[in-house]
Amino acid sequence: MKKELIVSKIKNGTVIDHIPAGKALTVLRILGITGREGTMVAIVMNVESKKLGKKDIVKIENRELTPKETDLIALIAPTATINIVRNFTVVEKRKVVVPKIIRGLLRCPNPTCVTRVEPVESVFETISINPLILRCAYCGSELRGEDIEQQLLGQQT
Amino acid sequence: MCAELICLVLDSFEGLLGSGFKGRDIISITDFDREDLQELFERAYRLERFSRSKLDVLKDKVMALAFFEPSTRTRMSFETAMKRLGGSTIGFTSEEATSIAKGETLGDTIRMLDAYSDIIVIRHRLEGAAKYAAEIASVPVINAGDGKQHHPTQAMIDLYTIWRLKGTIDGLVYGVLGDLKYARTTASFTLALGLFKPKVIYLISHPLLRMRESVKEYLRSKGIKFVEVENLDDVIEELDVLYVVRIQKERFPDPSEYEKVKGSYMVTLKTLAKAKKDLIILHPLPRVDEIDRRIDQTPHAAYFKQAAWGVPVRMALLTLIFDVEV
Repeated sequence: MKKELIVSKIKNGTVIDHIPAGKALTVLRILGITGREGTMVAIVMNVESKKLGKKDIVKIENRELTPKETDLIALIAPTATINIVRNFTVVEKRKVVVPKIIRGLLRCPNPTCVTRVEPVESVFETISINPLILRCAYCGSELRGEDIEQQLLGQQT
Repeated sequence: MCAELICLVLDSFEGLLGSGFKGRDIISITDFDREDLQELFERAYRLERFSRSKLDVLKDKVMALAFFEPSTRTRMSFETAMKRLGGSTIGFTSEEATSIAKGETLGDTIRMLDAYSDIIVIRHRLEGAAKYAAEIASVPVINAGDGKQHHPTQAMIDLYTIWRLKGTIDGLVYGVLGDLKYARTTASFTLALGLFKPKVIYLISHPLLRMRESVKEYLRSKGIKFVEVENLDDVIEELDVLYVVRIQKERFPDPSEYEKVKGSYMVTLKTLAKAKKDLIILHPLPRVDEIDRRIDQTPHAAYFKQAAWGVPVRMALLTLIFDVEV
């Protein structure tokens, strides 16, 4: 039996597939997409996935994610895959990669870390991907999945 | 858009492990390996006889002592070591006497010291301050304590004391007693043991003062056996080395937390009744009430030797960083 698409194909833009179930809205918030941009955004949640059991999918018309944005998604949806679509054809497939070093994006949770007091850019080293654990390169404090997500979402508001 | 403002950089920390001391910053004891420390110990041993005389191998060098936090032994032994090697020192011992009191950033202070000196020794209340200083300065930076995180030269002295008195660091049973949560000395000492092969390390503390997870994780990664216990009495018979620290009252964010643990441990003559005859007790000093002063007169007390050996160890370190023969 031919599989039926829940949401139609997009002509140009980005399809983010294999998002952990329930994280689609977080991905959109991280990318700063509110829906007020006027372009089509499709969200499919909790669909069956061989790889993940259940997954979310996001389709964004007329916007190609930059490599930096791809890395950002890695911090909240490390299983995601990114397809860049032009004229209904996937022209580029990207796997998100959790960066080994993350600079300037996140705040160290330790109030007596030098990065919290002096004008120093924060630097985190990825010490584990699943579960995601980052370690401050200055004070050794750790940031874990939920804290990272909370921080990234906090920056969008 | 936020995502465009952020900077994610794929990068990697380049390890300098095992590359000696020449021109290096001394930020964490884990930046070095046992061969490095062996070289340091042998040189320190040779330099012990110069602890009360003067060499001129660093006569054109200036050391900046940037002590943003109080210090007695560390600052004075660095100063003594530099002067015994013929060098000179500049610096300050509190924030109040400097432009920091006027709002100067740490970065600007370090840039100034970088221009005035050949090596900077820094102690600061913030974790990561020494690493940050090292990133700014072109001259080597030595971490003399950054908040509750590292005190690598103290760990070098601690291990040197054990090496001198026991002839080895491997195969011994260690007890680390006290405020393992906030004391940077216990963290650096325990990390330093991870470079060797201790038989077992007992981490002895009140449940509220347990060693931080990252240090324990490091021990696990090195395959070092450690056990967390609450009472010294339970393990005293087994110990070859007992490392004691005071409770770091000044680092407790909540005074009520301090009240809960105040006076929760003390090493007494009674405690030592069951100890091995050749047990040595180390303490980075200053002590408050955690070691009964009557123990000072026993062969167990190694802490004053430990403090005295701060000078030859730091002399050795400076000659290795500046790459001068002695």
